[in-house]
Amino acid sequence: MSTEWPLWEVFIRSQHGLAHKHVGSLHASDAEMAVKNARDVYTRRSEGVSIWVARSSDITASSPGDREALFEPANTKVYRHPTFYPMPDGVKHL
Amino acid sequence: MADAVPPVAMTGDDALLDYLLRLGDSDVVLAQRLGEWVGHGPVLEEDIALTNVGLDLLGQGRMWLTYAGEVEARSCGRGRSEDQLAFLRDGGAYRNLQLVELPNGDFAATMVRQFYFDHMHLSLLRALTGSADARVAEIAAKAVKEVAYHVERSDDWVIRLGDGTSESHMRMQQAVDRLWPYTGEMFAVDAIESALIETGIAADASALREPWLAAIDAVLAEATLTPPTGEWMQGAHGRGGKQGIHTEHLGHLLAELQFLQRAYPGAQW
Repeated sequence: MSTEWPLWEVFIRSQHGLAHKHVGSLHASDAEMAVKNARDVYTRRSEGVSIWVARSSDITASSPGDREALFEPANTKVYRHPTFYPMPDGVKHL
Repeated sequence: MADAVPPVAMTGDDALLDYLLRLGDSDVVLAQRLGEWVGHGPVLEEDIALTNVGLDLLGQGRMWLTYAGEVEARSCGRGRSEDQLAFLRDGGAYRNLQLVELPNGDFAATMVRQFYFDHMHLSLLRALTGSADARVAEIAAKAVKEVAYHVERSDDWVIRLGDGTSESHMRMQQAVDRLWPYTGEMFAVDAIESALIETGIAADASALREPWLAAIDAVLAEATLTPPTGEWMQGAHGRGGKQGIHTEHLGHLLAELQFLQRAYPGAQW
């Protein structure tokens, strides 16, 4: 049996941000303690107004080995960016 | 020890100075104790959390001692700075509770000491926000938010460890029993405090005892710990830390706290 506390990922919403951003991870025995620890470890310099924590083991991540298959096809499809299309001069309010 | 036991007839600014030292010294001494955990916390997260509490207390201690120096200046024309008060007073001139100078012991003892202190601290500060002295009320209002979090954290640990493994339960019960005799002093009112209670400056600590007991008992029950029943209290009859009578542990703590300023007077970085 592992005697180490499980790992938690910490997400903080900053004063001006709208979304919670991943800031790091920490150990805690349960969710409540994880929030308290996150408060002490990651918001000491008034970084945040809201904290989310999630068990690291509950996060499903893409595998680095799949990188080519997942992301490379998009590299050759520049027409997916709006900047690919020239704007006619006459268009207003865009 | 020199400076121990102030004259009982103290009033006005002299009494206020002594009262401010009582408030500030308990903060400073407990902050020093918590600082001893730096690098020794059970996990990194707790190491940071515990010393955050210490830093909160140090900040509060600074405010009380700074004001104490100002009161001293207006009462006798020569006031000491917060640093002079913290680093250049001997043990007998310190007015902190004996509870906070006790050694850290294991994590259980540290948390129970904190638990006993935090609950008293919070209700004391709440009462002081209504002080007739505007500065006292101001400092208390600033500190009360930090201390509300300290209480939450301490309760949490007492419940987790009390209602944890058989080992943690045993250690917590030991700490609860061993530190109990040091809690009576927190609610003892001597002539100096009486004089200040009359003028509306100090909080009546004796009135805080019943609510404190109720809060402590509720948490201990949830933690499956047995509330102590001992009646005998250390230093609760006008001869405790608040009057400058300390345990043998304070001198050692001050030796470390004050070493630099004693060996190299006025040193700065």
